[in-house]
Amino acid sequence: MNASRNPTSPSHACEPEALLTVRGLRVSYRGDQGPLHVVDGVDLDLAAGDYLGIVGESGSGKTQLLLALLGLNAGARFEGSIRYRGEELVGASEATLRRLRGARIGMIFQDPMTALNPYLSIGTQLIEGVRRHRGLGRAAALARALEMLDAVHITEPRRRLRQHPHELSGGMRQRVVIAMAMICEPDIILADEPTTALDVTVQAQILSLLHELRARTRVAVILVSHDLGVIAEMADRVAVMYAGRIVEQADAPTLFTAARHPYTQALRRSIVPLEGPLPSRLPTIGGLPPNVASLPPGCAFAPRCGYVFDRCGLAPPPLVPISAPGLAHGEQHRKACYYEGPIGP
Amino acid sequence: MTTPALAVEHLSVRYAVAGHARGLQALDDVSFFVQRGETLGVVGESGCGKSTLARALLRLVPSTSGRVLFRGEDLLALAGPELRAMREHLQVIFQDPLASLDPRLTVAEIIAEPLREFRRGLTRAERDERVGASLARVGLLPEHLRRYPHEFSGGQAQRIGIARALMLQPEFLVCDEPISALDASIKSQIANLLKDLQQEFQLSLLFIAHDLAAVRFSCDRIMVLYLGRVMEIAGRASLFESPRHPYTRALLQAVPIADPVRARARAVSPLSGEIPSPLSPPSGCVFRTRCPLAIARCAAEQPRLRRIGDNEVACHRAEELA
Repeated sequence: MNASRNPTSPSHACEPEALLTVRGLRVSYRGDQGPLHVVDGVDLDLAAGDYLGIVGESGSGKTQLLLALLGLNAGARFEGSIRYRGEELVGASEATLRRLRGARIGMIFQDPMTALNPYLSIGTQLIEGVRRHRGLGRAAALARALEMLDAVHITEPRRRLRQHPHELSGGMRQRVVIAMAMICEPDIILADEPTTALDVTVQAQILSLLHELRARTRVAVILVSHDLGVIAEMADRVAVMYAGRIVEQADAPTLFTAARHPYTQALRRSIVPLEGPLPSRLPTIGGLPPNVASLPPGCAFAPRCGYVFDRCGLAPPPLVPISAPGLAHGEQHRKACYYEGPIGP
Repeated sequence: MTTPALAVEHLSVRYAVAGHARGLQALDDVSFFVQRGETLGVVGESGCGKSTLARALLRLVPSTSGRVLFRGEDLLALAGPELRAMREHLQVIFQDPLASLDPRLTVAEIIAEPLREFRRGLTRAERDERVGASLARVGLLPEHLRRYPHEFSGGQAQRIGIARALMLQPEFLVCDEPISALDASIKSQIANLLKDLQQEFQLSLLFIAHDLAAVRFSCDRIMVLYLGRVMEIAGRASLFESPRHPYTRALLQAVPIADPVRARARAVSPLSGEIPSPLSPPSGCVFRTRCPLAIARCAAEQPRLRRIGDNEVACHRAEELA
C-alpha cells in the first residue's frame, strides 16, 4: 500500500509493467442502417502508475471505451483485443470478467448513486467486494472498510458504516464509491466523469483526494472527462476522442501546449480563461457534433475542420507518430490527421 | 442615473417543508438591479438559490416578501391579465433545451406560439415572415421549420428556444444555465449568439450559471450567492481580479486550470466540508462553517452587504482580503 517505503528501482521504472494492452478495439451496436461503431479501432497501453486522461464530447465514444474494458456494454459486439496482464478479455467468459471487475479493476462513475444500492448500508456495500474477492471474514472486512473510509477522509467512519446512501451528501457518496473502488487494492481504476455531478468546491476536494490516493499506491487510472481543466489537473497522458476514434495522443504538457490536431486545438481555444485577456468573441467549432450513424467516408472531423483538403475525404487518417524535429516527446505524440502545416495558436 | 431594467428589493422565498416549522429559506433578503443593456451573472453552487431566483422573477414560485420592479410596476403584485401582459417583455431560456420544447409541435409552431398569443392581429404571411427571420437570426435553416424538437442536437434546440424567447422582442431575458448542458464546441457558439443578440436588441439579461468561465465571458457584473444569501456583487474585472469575499475566492480557486504545468504548480487547499443543509443554515454568516477566516463574530452576527472599493461584500473581514 505504501509505495514510498518501497521505492521502485530505476530499471523497473524504465520498463514499467504492462497492465492493459488494447489493440484495434471496435465496439459496435446494431443500427437501422447497418452497424454503429461507437468505438472504432482504438489502441491503448497502460502500465502501473499511469494516469491516462481521455477527453471528448458527447458521442465521442469515451464512455463506451471505458465500459468495453470491463465488457459492460450491454448488447454490443466487440472486435480486436484487450489484454489485462496478458489475459485476453475480448470473448472472455462472464466469470473471468467478474473476477476482474471490482477486484483488479475498480470503477468510479459520474453519479455515485448508480454505484450504490439505496437499500443497503454503506458498511454492507463496502465489505461485499472484499469478502468475495479476498475471502475475508466479516470482522476483518469491516476493519478494512473502516481503514478505507479513513483513507478517503470520511468523518465519523464508524457511524457511516451503518448509514444508507441517502443520508450522505453528494461529495461524501463519491468518497464512498472511491473507497469501494480501492478496497481490493486494484491495479487499475476506471473513472468516468467522477466529478462532473459535483459542485466546484467539492470537485476540488475529490480531485485532491484522487491525487493523494495515487501518490500512496501504484494504481493506474484511466480518467474520462469532457472537461479539459479536470484532465489537465489529473492526467499525465491524454487521448482525445472524436466519433469513436482517438484523434490525438500525447503527454499532458505537449497536448496542452503543442496540439497538432485541429480538433484538439479548437477544443483548447474554446476554453474561457479565468484571468488575463478576454476575447470579445469565443472561438467556435462550426457545424454539428458527429453522428456515428452517418459519418463521412474520410476523417469524421472534416466537415467542421478549418484545414480540410481533398485527401481528408478519402479515408479516415490513421493515428501515427508525429516526427516533428525539436519535439521533446515526438515518439509518444500521435495524431490522426493528414494536414501537416501549422495550425493557429 | 437611469432607471434600471429590473430592480429586486429584499426578495425572500421560503418553501414549506413537512416536519420543518421554519421551512426552507431558499432566498433570504436578496437585493440587486440590472441596468438596461447589461448582463448580470448569478453564480453559486447547489442550494444557493439561483434557480429559485429565476423562478421567483418569472412568478413560477411564490415569494415570501420583497419587490421586483420592472417597467414601473412590482411584478410580484401583478395578477391575471396584467401579469400575462408583462410576460411579453420578460422571457426565459432554460438549461435543458429539449425539455423546454413541446415535442408534439414543429419548430415553426413552437416559434410562432408567442405571436399567436400576443400578436393576434398579424396575418399568416406576416407571422411566417417573422418566424423565418427569427430562425435565420439564430442560425437555423428554413428546412428546419417543419421538423420536430427530437430531430435536433442540444445546441440547435437551444437556438430554437432563443428564437422563441426573442419573438416578441422582449426587454429582459432570464437565462437559467443556458449553456451548461451543451458540449464544449457548441457552448461557445451559443455564448457568442447570446452576446450578439443582446447588443443587437439592447437586451438586459440575468445569466444564471455555475460555470465561472462562462460567466466571465458573458456578464458585465456578477452576483455570488451562497445558501440563499448574497455574498458579493461586483463588476467583472473586480470580481475576477480582486474578489473580496472568501467564498468568491474559494470558488475561483476551485476551478481546474486547463494547463497541466500551471495546474500542478499552484498550491490549492480546497475548502473543507460541504454546503450545509438549507433546512438548518448556520447562524450569523451562512458561509462561516467552511470559511478559513471565520471568527467568533461570524457566528453571532450576520454580515450585511456593504461597499468596499468597487465591490459589494457581505463579510466582516472583507477589508483584510485586499
